[in-house]
Amino acid sequence: MVTASWYLILAAALFTIGAVGLLVRRNPLIMFMCVELMLNAVNLTFITFGRELNDIGGQVSVFFVLVVAAAEVVVGLAIVVAINRRRPQATADDLSALKG
Amino acid sequence: METAVFIVCAVIVLAGALGVVLARNPVHAALSLVGTLFGMAVLFLNLEAHFLAAVQIIVYAGAIVVLFLFVIMLLGVDRLEDLSVEPITGQRTLAALVGLGTFGLAVAFILSSDIGAGGHIQVLTLDITDQYSNLRQIADVLFTDYVYAFEATAALLTISVVGAVVMSRRMARKDEVQETQVDD
Repeated sequence: MVTASWYLILAAALFTIGAVGLLVRRNPLIMFMCVELMLNAVNLTFITFGRELNDIGGQVSVFFVLVVAAAEVVVGLAIVVAINRRRPQATADDLSALKG
Repeated sequence: METAVFIVCAVIVLAGALGVVLARNPVHAALSLVGTLFGMAVLFLNLEAHFLAAVQIIVYAGAIVVLFLFVIMLLGVDRLEDLSVEPITGQRTLAALVGLGTFGLAVAFILSSDIGAGGHIQVLTLDITDQYSNLRQIADVLFTDYVYAFEATAALLTISVVGAVVMSRRMARKDEVQETQVDD
């Protein structure tokens, strides 16, 4: 029988992989994907606790996280496109000095 | 059955996540992300979140990853990245330490809590396994308790679409003027 703690540990592992990827990679697109991994880990935690506590609010929270993640990706990728138009092949390190 | 599904999906999710972090080619990373998101959708089904499993596939695998692939192809950044160099000294060691700390603390917290000990915290809310469908229960809460937040998400999505259009629009005259000034 799978208990809630298995799901929570899986979510912790996924969050950790996403966090390490965000710290290590320097391609802005891959960094965005790592943020998505972290958001998914949190979603899994929400749903696990929602079932464990018998509360539908966990699933409603995940619904809102999905909406915010979609909006975040839209704006983030627009920024990446805008930056790449000015400075092709830019990495996160190249953007450390965001001066006009 | 639930255990078998959990183990298979956990392997898929973790393998996909490692694929995202370790892939040299951004396209491969995006495809690994699809694997993670599908595994996550099946885990949602395992946890009786049927509506969110469907939304996960439609929104994440269907829309967000396609948007990623679209941008990768649009920018032409689908080239291999050299991962052997470490631009900031000690960065990977520190990142590994942060990761181990995060994971270790989270697991220690989970295992020392009531849930990790197999206990159940009693909270009285509506029963998510009663005769109503999952979708109806979410809708009941979403359009009563969270109706203002729901309306705010509508505004958020509209604003983000407008923002994306404004940022990715080519402002030809102004840009060219600035470019020449920078070049001088």
